[in-house]
Amino acid sequence: MIEFTIWDILRNLLLATRWTIVLSLVSFVGGGMIGLVLLFLRLSRRKWARALAKYYIELFQGTPLLMQLFIAFFGLGLFGIDVPAWLAAGLALILWTAAFLGEIWRGCVEAIAKGQWEASASLGMGRLQQMRHVILPQAMRIAVPPTVGFSVQVIKGTALTSIIGFVELSKAGTVVTNATFQPFTVYGLVALIYFALCWPLSKSSQILERKLNVAHRNH
Amino acid sequence: MSLIEITDVRKSYGTNEVLKGINLNVEPGEVVAVIGKSGSGKSTLLRCVNGLETISKGSISVAGAQLMNDEVHLKALRLKVGMIFQQFNLFPHLTVGGNVMLSQMVVKKTPKPNAEAMARKMLERVGLSEKFDAYPDQLSGGQQQRVAIARALAMQPIALLCDEITSALDPELVAEVLAVVRELAAEGMTLVMVTHEMKFARDVCSRVVFMHEGRVHEIGPPGEVFANPKTPELKQFLGMH
Repeated sequence: MIEFTIWDILRNLLLATRWTIVLSLVSFVGGGMIGLVLLFLRLSRRKWARALAKYYIELFQGTPLLMQLFIAFFGLGLFGIDVPAWLAAGLALILWTAAFLGEIWRGCVEAIAKGQWEASASLGMGRLQQMRHVILPQAMRIAVPPTVGFSVQVIKGTALTSIIGFVELSKAGTVVTNATFQPFTVYGLVALIYFALCWPLSKSSQILERKLNVAHRNH
Repeated sequence: MSLIEITDVRKSYGTNEVLKGINLNVEPGEVVAVIGKSGSGKSTLLRCVNGLETISKGSISVAGAQLMNDEVHLKALRLKVGMIFQQFNLFPHLTVGGNVMLSQMVVKKTPKPNAEAMARKMLERVGLSEKFDAYPDQLSGGQQQRVAIARALAMQPIALLCDEITSALDPELVAEVLAVVRELAAEGMTLVMVTHEMKFARDVCSRVVFMHEGRVHEIGPPGEVFANPKTPELKQFLGMH
């Protein structure tokens, strides 16, 4: 039987970690862009736009991410479309992230006092001008901590993609365990790597929250 | 033609009618005080004039610009009337100068140097030229409200609506804001102000409108309205029995 050193295990896990990071970044950036579209739809004056965004968000927040992954992976296959695991994983995570970020940001925009809308309106600004120059600059400050905080959820969410066969950190853990028969060591290392990715983000979210609150002390 | 023409304006929230047919014309250069109990509809009326509330019936026009509920007409109207709020509503992420410059640059597309010159001029006018680079949260309430006035003036409106602009201020700060308003009135600015400052209304205003239960209940020059109220409601409001 081949002997595996800790370094052998760790090296393979770290190589797979690259894909966890790439998938997280893609989900976060793609989800952020769609989330921004959702935010504008949600705040639109058109009823159909608000309804569309609302139902989208309810659908993606109301079903497990795992089901969304399955549907992206197997569902499209039913129509004869061959979906590779990386595509299904990226697609599902982007759409899922968008739903949450859109809703988080809506909350931040709605936290801005009504008087800011009224004052900018009374100065003759149109809706987009109000958003761009008055509302969003203030909402963004509030949005930073929860957005960074949510990125931790995205990283942990990528673990689910191992089930449809995308080889990222969790899947690599399973593969390495099957070869080494050392589940405790392997999954222990997997957990430590996730922790090393997530903890700095959680911490910076806390620090940002404190810092931005200080800036708001007089409001 | 009057500068502000409010004709048979009605406004309801659901089944609750808060304005029950208001007729009021304001001439250029007039200073009109709107007084009345809370819930009498005075703030709502003011907010209707620049389209912050939609009206259910009737019409409002300011210097020929008709109140309509689309962005183009609203913008045309709002360029003619400025509004100042009880809560100041300065933009906290911008400096004082930035507050006064923003709408000039965004709405009127004024080039930055011109907008800055105008901002400095207006801040000078309200006595705050040295605060150009300060942030709103570094100012007192009275100073913030004066910045809000400068911000409205920088758009060169032909009338100003003041919605209880001293009600959120500590008593010792009320005077500095009223002094600015008094000066504006002396310069011939058309002002419609909802106020609880009866002495100020008596001294500065050309007409006083007493509102009661969504109607203009009494109207007239301050001397007459304050010294000789005709209706029991106004007598009660003024504390005369």
